[in-house]
Amino acid sequence: MSTLSVHDHSVAHHEEDHGHHHHKETFISKYIFSMDHKMIAKQFLITGITMAVIAMILSILFRIQLAYPDKAFPLMETLLGRFAPGGRLDSNFYLALVTIHGTIMVFFVLTAGLSGTFSNLLIPLQLGARDMASPFMNMLSYWFFFLASVIMLSSFMVQKGPASGGWTIYPPLSALPKAMPGSGMGMTLWLTSMVLFIASSLMGGINYVSTVLNMRTKGMDLWKMPLTIWAFFLTAILGILSFPVLVAGVVLLIFDRSFGTSFYLSEIVLNGSQVQPFEGGSPILFQHLFWFLGHPEVYIVIMPAMGISSEVMSVNSRKPIFGYHAMVYSLIGITVLSFIVWGHHMFVTGMNPFLGGVFMITTLIIAVPSAVKTFNWLATLWRGNIRFTAAMLFAIGMVSFFISGGLTGIFLGNAALDINLHDTYFVVAHFHLVMGSAAIFGMLAGVYHWFPKMFGRMMNERLGYLHFWLTFIGAYLVFFPMHFMGLDGVPRRYYAFTEFESMKQWLSVNTFITWAAIMAAVAQCAFLFNFVYSIFFGKKATQNPWEANTLEWTAPVEHIHGNWPGEIPSVYRWPYDYSKPGADEDFIQQTVPLSQTMSSNLPHDFEDNPTGLEEHAKWASTQQSNEQVK
Amino acid sequence: MSAQVSSIDELKTTPWAGGKSPFNVEYGKMMMWFFLLSDAFTFSSLLIAYGALRFSSSTWPAADLIFQSVPGMIDHGAPLVFVGLMTFILIMSSVTMVLAVEAGHRMAKKEVVGWMIATIIGGFMFLGCQALEWTHLHHEGFWWGSIPHELGEYFRKDEAVSVTSTHQFANLFFTITGFHGFHVFSGVVINIIITINVLAGTYEKRGSYLMVEKVGLYWHFVDLVWVFVFTFFYLV
Repeated sequence: MSTLSVHDHSVAHHEEDHGHHHHKETFISKYIFSMDHKMIAKQFLITGITMAVIAMILSILFRIQLAYPDKAFPLMETLLGRFAPGGRLDSNFYLALVTIHGTIMVFFVLTAGLSGTFSNLLIPLQLGARDMASPFMNMLSYWFFFLASVIMLSSFMVQKGPASGGWTIYPPLSALPKAMPGSGMGMTLWLTSMVLFIASSLMGGINYVSTVLNMRTKGMDLWKMPLTIWAFFLTAILGILSFPVLVAGVVLLIFDRSFGTSFYLSEIVLNGSQVQPFEGGSPILFQHLFWFLGHPEVYIVIMPAMGISSEVMSVNSRKPIFGYHAMVYSLIGITVLSFIVWGHHMFVTGMNPFLGGVFMITTLIIAVPSAVKTFNWLATLWRGNIRFTAAMLFAIGMVSFFISGGLTGIFLGNAALDINLHDTYFVVAHFHLVMGSAAIFGMLAGVYHWFPKMFGRMMNERLGYLHFWLTFIGAYLVFFPMHFMGLDGVPRRYYAFTEFESMKQWLSVNTFITWAAIMAAVAQCAFLFNFVYSIFFGKKATQNPWEANTLEWTAPVEHIHGNWPGEIPSVYRWPYDYSKPGADEDFIQQTVPLSQTMSSNLPHDFEDNPTGLEEHAKWASTQQSNEQVK
Repeated sequence: MSAQVSSIDELKTTPWAGGKSPFNVEYGKMMMWFFLLSDAFTFSSLLIAYGALRFSSSTWPAADLIFQSVPGMIDHGAPLVFVGLMTFILIMSSVTMVLAVEAGHRMAKKEVVGWMIATIIGGFMFLGCQALEWTHLHHEGFWWGSIPHELGEYFRKDEAVSVTSTHQFANLFFTITGFHGFHVFSGVVINIIITINVLAGTYEKRGSYLMVEKVGLYWHFVDLVWVFVFTFFYLV
């Protein structure tokens, strides 16, 4: 049994045998092949931010094409060479840009960059563990991710350009290497990269789950875990169960590409004349396999952002999160439901209308836990003692995007409406708000909030406000008009739809959106500067700069391997004792025993502790009689 | 946080109250379980894809007409004998794996080595049989994207002969049994590494043969998956 105790883990005896056991840390073991969860979190964050910047630049490139379809920009040719002959974006390269923008943002930024960073940083620190269950696997997880990122970007170097069949890589475009320029080497690299990415995500996921289950400190039962941990835990489970289905889909796809099989192929003519020998397969089969991952994937993206926002909003409202249990149950509800809604991406595939109806109902049911969460966030803010830190603004922004993007989800979940709106800009607007902007705002809230924990310094608040307002306004200006384009039937992924007579009038809107996007992109410089500058020159952070309750703020500011000097603190209360009536301060950390807060204890603090309840009742009656004597 | 000052602060000691593993399971074993859960989804997806393609086709070659031979001995007329043997070998190797784990609990190093080697041999025999079966089918003309010219003998009399469905059968058979074979191969490699560690005394020094138990879980999983692959490709 002793081997199973968390306190035995790795460097528990850090202090006693200093010098003797203290292995020398080289540059390589500390910064590169680090096995310390805090360093790995930073590696994930910085790689994630780098990928985000790259994917953002890609989006600006195709926005320029959409705004100025007939203009030539000689600079473009200088930068992109054969991908922009004569200064005008090549139409195939446009598709590659859209594809890689989506892939990077969904997987590399909002899955690995978000979960990888904050699960790694917070799971051990908020649960009271020395490190992850398997630090070695954790390191592998990062390096697989890094390799996947490099391979994904390297596809820009190949002759015919990167994969360009959309981030959903539907066959036959992805299955026939000759279907379009991006279907060749670019697609192969995409698949290689994603296989490594899935391996990384699986290694990370099983590590997070085992750590949460096995390595909570004394007193940290499941109902004392912060909502961040609940969110990361359920996200990891989603990843473990949904990514393998994509593996199966990709295995079959690889055989279709390279071994002459026809799992996804049937009755195909290439370039108008070359009849392909494939028969009997079904491209719809791939869509089922893809969306069985693809839909849970959007919750893999949004749930960590929800957890982070819940935590940040509770801390900065100086109030317990409203409906903690409801928050957890709604996360669980979302997790379970997310597996049975994938068909709503496929209403127009000729699906049996009855089946479509079933998927429609399950989809609309997800609105219930989502609404529970939204109302709980609003109720947490209600009459709170709000501190508008940069992190708080981003958390509130996350809620805003989740509401405005979530409402259009109810439109799209309806099969009857979706048949009209499918593959239009309405969809683009919907998911960029609800999972794109909302998730990135959750991530940025996390960066601003836990920056002092990661780097021991504070970020500049004023630059944070500037960053927030420009990004917030920018994102709405970019995505809101797209709803109207979608309602008018403007299709997504088109290179120059404003050339069509019926869509000509959208050119001015396109120009407007592009300039809003450029403004929002430039605003990110405020963040990047703030981030890099603060790492080196920011104001030194105190141990608990936000006066928060959770365990990570009881660990010293200087990072030590093993997180806490000496024994790991025990946990006596839930993480949301903010502004508790009768308490001296407006926060009580989880490590403060109930005996030190007699004046603020409530009967329900002693639910499973009858002797404690008796003591509490005794204390309360003494207080009362004292009061009467006075 | 050192001494308990008051009975008020008593912490629960129930399995889920923190400070220990709720299932009394070491982290590596738990990670193995979650990995297997994940892998189970991969195989399920492949088998569901198989089902989807098979049921969308009106005819399908009959398994007992295709798998008729025991390579090297009987050329025809022995349906499912060879695959029955393969399955028996794999299940026996699971039995020897159980015995290795059991010997590990008793810290009997020599016995662990013996049973592990038996398991490895079982694994290699299974892979060898699979190679023979693949070669046989390849000789008949089956491969990824290719099938024999004469198909009549593979279909039941009352069913229409179909080139497309035979193609699909061959593609699915080689892909899915290949994917399973790849898992068996990985399992054999891992078993060899573990056996070397046992021989080197790594686990004796560590005081437990838990690693044997963990690879045992993987091996049983691969075996269990074969039962499903076997059922869907050879029996129904």
